Amino acid sequence: MTAYAYFPGCSAHGTAKEYDQSTRSVCAKLGIELQEIPDWVCCGASPAHAVNPLLSLALVAKNLDLSPSEQIVTGCAACFNRFKTAMDTLQHDRPLWEQVKQIVQPSKLNGREFRIAHLLEVLCDDFGIDNLKGQVTKPLKGLKVACYYGCLLVRPPKVMAFDDPDNPTKMDELMKAIGAEPVNWEFKTECCGAFHAVPHPEIVLRLTDRILQAAKDAGADVISVACPMCQINLDLRQIDLKKRGKTFDVPVLYFTQLLGLALGINENELGLDRLIVDPKPILKAKELV
Amino acid sequence: MKQSTEREQFTPTDETPIVLTEEARRFTQEVIRRSGERVDWCYQCGKCTAGCPVAFAMDIEPSRVMRLVQLGQEERVLKSRAIWLCVGCQTCTTRCPQEIDPAKIMDTLREMALEKGLVADREVATFFRSFLDNIRRHGRLFEPALVLQYNLRSGHLFQDADKGPLMLLKGKLPLIPSRNGAIVQRICEALEGRKK
Repeated sequence: MTAYAYFPGCSAHGTAKEYDQSTRSVCAKLGIELQEIPDWVCCGASPAHAVNPLLSLALVAKNLDLSPSEQIVTGCAACFNRFKTAMDTLQHDRPLWEQVKQIVQPSKLNGREFRIAHLLEVLCDDFGIDNLKGQVTKPLKGLKVACYYGCLLVRPPKVMAFDDPDNPTKMDELMKAIGAEPVNWEFKTECCGAFHAVPHPEIVLRLTDRILQAAKDAGADVISVACPMCQINLDLRQIDLKKRGKTFDVPVLYFTQLLGLALGINENELGLDRLIVDPKPILKAKELV
Repeated sequence: MKQSTEREQFTPTDETPIVLTEEARRFTQEVIRRSGERVDWCYQCGKCTAGCPVAFAMDIEPSRVMRLVQLGQEERVLKSRAIWLCVGCQTCTTRCPQEIDPAKIMDTLREMALEKGLVADREVATFFRSFLDNIRRHGRLFEPALVLQYNLRSGHLFQDADKGPLMLLKGKLPLIPSRNGAIVQRICEALEGRKK
């Protein structure tokens, strides 16, 4: 397999360290080579495109220019969305592309055609579900998983072209492949409130409350996510919800952590300790750690 | 936070009549030009509002924002909190039967509001400013400084203060920022140079 340029995204060094850690462990185990983009910078996330769209295009263009490979992978749904949206916009608007080039002054962009993939696509499509199945040594038998995709992986579908925007199944297929049991539920792509965690935590509490409740009602033991923003909102905010008398105690794991366990990777390499709601009790009860 | 009971009421008695002046038309055209989105195609089906996860907190719901833009109501739109509360989840964009991108129109409206110095939601604007200052300084988002700066600038000094020690314990707070600030700084300067 060819090497992928890896864009970790800013949260990989902080709130989502365990996502980065488990991503690297899983890819190493599967022989998927990741080359971190040297000197990568923030994609601008929501704040850039929300108030300064040209800046958000320029930041993506800069990262493309820095990329050692035309095949780029990221685990962050928000970065994935920003890259894909910017690339789509620039491809269809040549005058805008010229403006962005003026700003970024790229040195290595000419003639290169990039593909930005989410890690789920690299694992499920490029590596392949059947191949993944063949690598499983510790199937996650009996573990009921609510696969939560959030907003930015799937929407807008015309640009993202990731999966069905209302009922995506890619992560569910992966969970089946590693022996877990994905539950049927209706909140797969409901918004968690995203950046409002800082300016308006009340909004996030209201939205995460509904998502956690739906996962619980569907009988999920854990929630599996593919986005650092979704993870921190669903995991950390359970503290505030508990103070209000709503105790969920639903662990929220990155899908890479669950995959890592099934591949027989030592739990220390998967950063399970970094999660706020401890997943160990339920994993122990199911004899998975 | 404003709740739905305080929502703007569109009744004939408490509204001055909307007159489509030249100025009003200019605003509509400006939004269409800058966003590249045909807001004039909106026929008020309300799907955007129905699916919007934050509509409950908005003073003017998304479909009404679209209508007010069509009617050139610049001041009411740019002074609304709704344009700041939009979280960019793209549900409206996905579902609009007229294939309009309301989320993108919200981006354009925020940009126009900022240019006029109109900020109806200080918290969101402060968060965006702190975030962008942060990546300009460090190149990559340095989360601890973002939270600290936001709390100082917004006056919500102790918001989530209880989470800090826990996050530190879990190794979720980086202690050293990235050193790629110069890269983002150069891009920002080039952008500012363009505007002058």
